[in-house]
Amino acid sequence: MNEQPVIRTRGLTRYFGPKPAVLELNLEVPRGGVFAFLGRNGSGKTTTIRMLLGLLRPTRGEGEVLGFNTLALPPEARARIGYLTEDHQLYGWMTVRECGQFQARSYPRWNESILRGVLAHFDLNPEAQVKDLSRGERAGLCLGLTLAPEPELLILDDPALGLDPVARRTLIESMVYLTRRSDRTVFFSSHQLADVERVADYIAVLERGVLRACCPLETFRTSVQQVRLRFAGAPPKLPAIPGLLRASRGEGEVRVACMHYNGATEQVLRSLAPIDLELMPISLEDAFLAYLGERGEKSFILSETEGQP
Amino acid sequence: MALHLATNTGSDTPIYRQLTDQVRLAVATGKVGVGDQLPSVRALAETLVLNPNTVARAYTDLARDGLIEARAGRGVFITRKRKVFTREEGWRRLEPLLAALIGEALAMDFTREELREAFEKKLSQWRPAKGGKDE
Repeated sequence: MNEQPVIRTRGLTRYFGPKPAVLELNLEVPRGGVFAFLGRNGSGKTTTIRMLLGLLRPTRGEGEVLGFNTLALPPEARARIGYLTEDHQLYGWMTVRECGQFQARSYPRWNESILRGVLAHFDLNPEAQVKDLSRGERAGLCLGLTLAPEPELLILDDPALGLDPVARRTLIESMVYLTRRSDRTVFFSSHQLADVERVADYIAVLERGVLRACCPLETFRTSVQQVRLRFAGAPPKLPAIPGLLRASRGEGEVRVACMHYNGATEQVLRSLAPIDLELMPISLEDAFLAYLGERGEKSFILSETEGQP
Repeated sequence: MALHLATNTGSDTPIYRQLTDQVRLAVATGKVGVGDQLPSVRALAETLVLNPNTVARAYTDLARDGLIEARAGRGVFITRKRKVFTREEGWRRLEPLLAALIGEALAMDFTREELREAFEKKLSQWRPAKGGKDE
């Protein structure tokens, strides 16, 4: 019944030297469901996540997580947040079992059966030494330790990084499992569009520190359209096309990807007198690449303009 | 016959559409019939490792079109077989199948006449699958 977003930032900005890593970020993550945070390397995803957790002070602007200012997150709120870092920090001298016991002491709520389930899924021996674990095994252990307190909000910073396909699938299964309860929220950054397509309800796209899209996944998908124009001879030069993302030329044809394709767009394209004009379906990955490609016009899909997610 | 649903990521077709397409096709070809049960939203989401909302969306679309029905506490069932595809949609789907068939057959050096004969023969021997409709 809680309509308050679990994450909200206003003008959140962080500079490293003269360079803004995150600029004027206004992000809202609704309660419930899976939210994917996308962007290329260095686009500011980790910086944002670190600010959300109060690990890094914003240069200006502010953020709220579970209703608390990120610079004043009380321990009881922290206990409701699960955070999985990119680099899986663990004490190498502990055994897997000791990691669980150690971590459990920090949380008022601890579901040992979840930890055991995840460890079994990753085929982890409780007596193994952490320093001897493979990267995938460390990821599994960290995931188990993060899930066992049954966090209300799970923040995963590129959890798929360096995982083999089996471990990645297990990770995604855990995310689906966690959101069985509608009041649980997963916020994860990723480069794996296949995973995003499987599990995400919402996406946000960050480019060089600037939020470029924030909407339901389906809205993103239907907003990016691709049209194929065929010509008898060499394709003519393209005029200004509203919402143009990307145009590629082939022999006797041009493919145009654009935002919010409509009658006006079609009219412009028809004026080129193509033999035919066909709307082509586009995959999420191609839509994403087109969206982040180099182009003249900056288009935004943000929840303010597209209706609340 | 049990319905085997599968999805691909990275496809041009969104996942919920892949699901609705497969159910429609299974109904249209008689692979499943009235009263056959589909997995619950949660079960299918976990089997296929999908966001449950994606599965729910597919089921909502199918229910809206009268192909399936959720009965409280009992599950999701195939309902009366209504016309599954519009004529236009049917042609749109038939076109690539025909193109693939003809293309491959000619590439294997069958003559047009042989292909026509084989097609006629197969068609005359065709038995509809369970619940399927024959003209």
